[in-house]
Amino acid sequence: MTALPALPAPAPHVNPETKPFWDATAEGRLLLRACRACESVIWYPRTLCPECGSFDTEWMEASGRGTIFTFSVNRRGQGAYRGASPYVLAYVELEEGPRMMTNIVDCDVDAIAIGDPVRVVFHDTGAGSALPRFRPVT
Amino acid sequence: MSLRGAAYVAGAFEHPDRIIPDKPVEQVHAEVAAGALADAGLTFADVDAYYCAGDAPGMGGVSMADYMGLKLSHIDSTETGGSSYVVHVGHAAAAIKAGKCKVALITLAGLPRQDSANLVSRVSAAPESAFETVYGTSVHGMYALCARRHMYEYGTTGEQLAEIKVAAAHHAQYNEHALRRETVTVEDVLNSPMVSDPLHRLDCCVITDGGGAVVVVAPDVARDLDRQCVKILGHGEAPKHTRNGRPDLTSTGAVWSGPAAFAEAGVTPADIDYASIYDSFTITVLMTLEDLGFCEKGKGGQFVSGGALQAPYGKLPFNTDGGGLCNNHPGNRGGMTKILEAVRQLRGEAHPQVQVPDCELALAHGTGGSIATRMGSSTLILGREDA
Repeated sequence: MTALPALPAPAPHVNPETKPFWDATAEGRLLLRACRACESVIWYPRTLCPECGSFDTEWMEASGRGTIFTFSVNRRGQGAYRGASPYVLAYVELEEGPRMMTNIVDCDVDAIAIGDPVRVVFHDTGAGSALPRFRPVT
Repeated sequence: MSLRGAAYVAGAFEHPDRIIPDKPVEQVHAEVAAGALADAGLTFADVDAYYCAGDAPGMGGVSMADYMGLKLSHIDSTETGGSSYVVHVGHAAAAIKAGKCKVALITLAGLPRQDSANLVSRVSAAPESAFETVYGTSVHGMYALCARRHMYEYGTTGEQLAEIKVAAAHHAQYNEHALRRETVTVEDVLNSPMVSDPLHRLDCCVITDGGGAVVVVAPDVARDLDRQCVKILGHGEAPKHTRNGRPDLTSTGAVWSGPAAFAEAGVTPADIDYASIYDSFTITVLMTLEDLGFCEKGKGGQFVSGGALQAPYGKLPFNTDGGGLCNNHPGNRGGMTKILEAVRQLRGEAHPQVQVPDCELALAHGTGGSIATRMGSSTLILGREDA
């Protein structure tokens, strides 16, 4: 088994449109934006529904469950991730539909596979937010 | 309005250097501009339109027009990443057809080796960045996400991706300016260090300083020049993005820009004698070949095997200058050099060892941004002057 080093948790840029999302992460909740007009689940979170053009959108809480859609074991981190390799970059397909960029953590990098079920965890950035990441469901 | 025959590429120039420690980027822009104009038999005074992308300093086209002393009636600084220059050729042809200008200059220059910290590009204020870059989305890591998904859906292998690098390296050995001229085998690629699983170091393009330029002119200007010109036959451009958080990761914007370009040119993939395919990574080439219709979706791995991409006699010779994988990827933007080698092939001026015999129709395709998130794709179909 290849153990993973602790990952950095760089603080995201927060703006008025996305502040509720990041405030919720600090409380351990993953929010999605939902369209009241066409019932689409929107990702990344924004006020406008990119499916139908409606601004009639609202926050909803995600289940936090998903599956690995694709992943890569990155051995050459850049920026804040310089020196953090190896780490797993991935798209997780949420139960609600969207595929979000994230990291798979607390895992054996030699054992994970596309389709594996995962569940959200939150890593504190120290700046009033937390990064939603995912760990395999065992 | 069709662009078929609306304009010609009259001048083309690639900066000979790959490491430039002692010049600012505006100077490199000016040097490649002068080179392309001289190639066409034109001067700065003839230029009435200028095109550049995000690699131009300061106020972009306005700053560079000042530096080069251009008097312009048309200016465009469309930014679609590394594909920008392929987009610019189409925009220049359209502007010429609309009567806005007659001599359009397009330049690219970049110096990433001077400042490697700039590799992590200036997109921190983009609306999506808070939901991506915080996870360590290196460029190679994101392309690896696509390679993994393509392997999962279609059974594509690392060996098949390696064939693309092998072909590029075979071509690069003949290019005296190429950064890497050594030939490689499939095993060499697979044995090179894993950068971002499943992509190895030799699946990745080189990082170079440098630049290039082309001059696009109206038909009456082309007729009066002594230089052999290249006819613009078709053009397409299309951004492709995450589609509300549902990216497929196995196709590029070429699925839209390709058919548009082929329709305008009135030709099919089977008619193409030579193809310049954007090669930031081997997986970029494989997916683009499928998306442009050179083979069925998912069959790219089989298509590239057995030397299919090797000049002069493979079924689709590609990137005969060595491409971004071996030769040059100035400013981390490979679109310009794709156009330049297509022009060389159509003029019969590629290296004799890689010149495609009787090359009449060529394609140049650019992919800017990231195929794992959002990209700007553009396809250009070019023909010999008499096409």
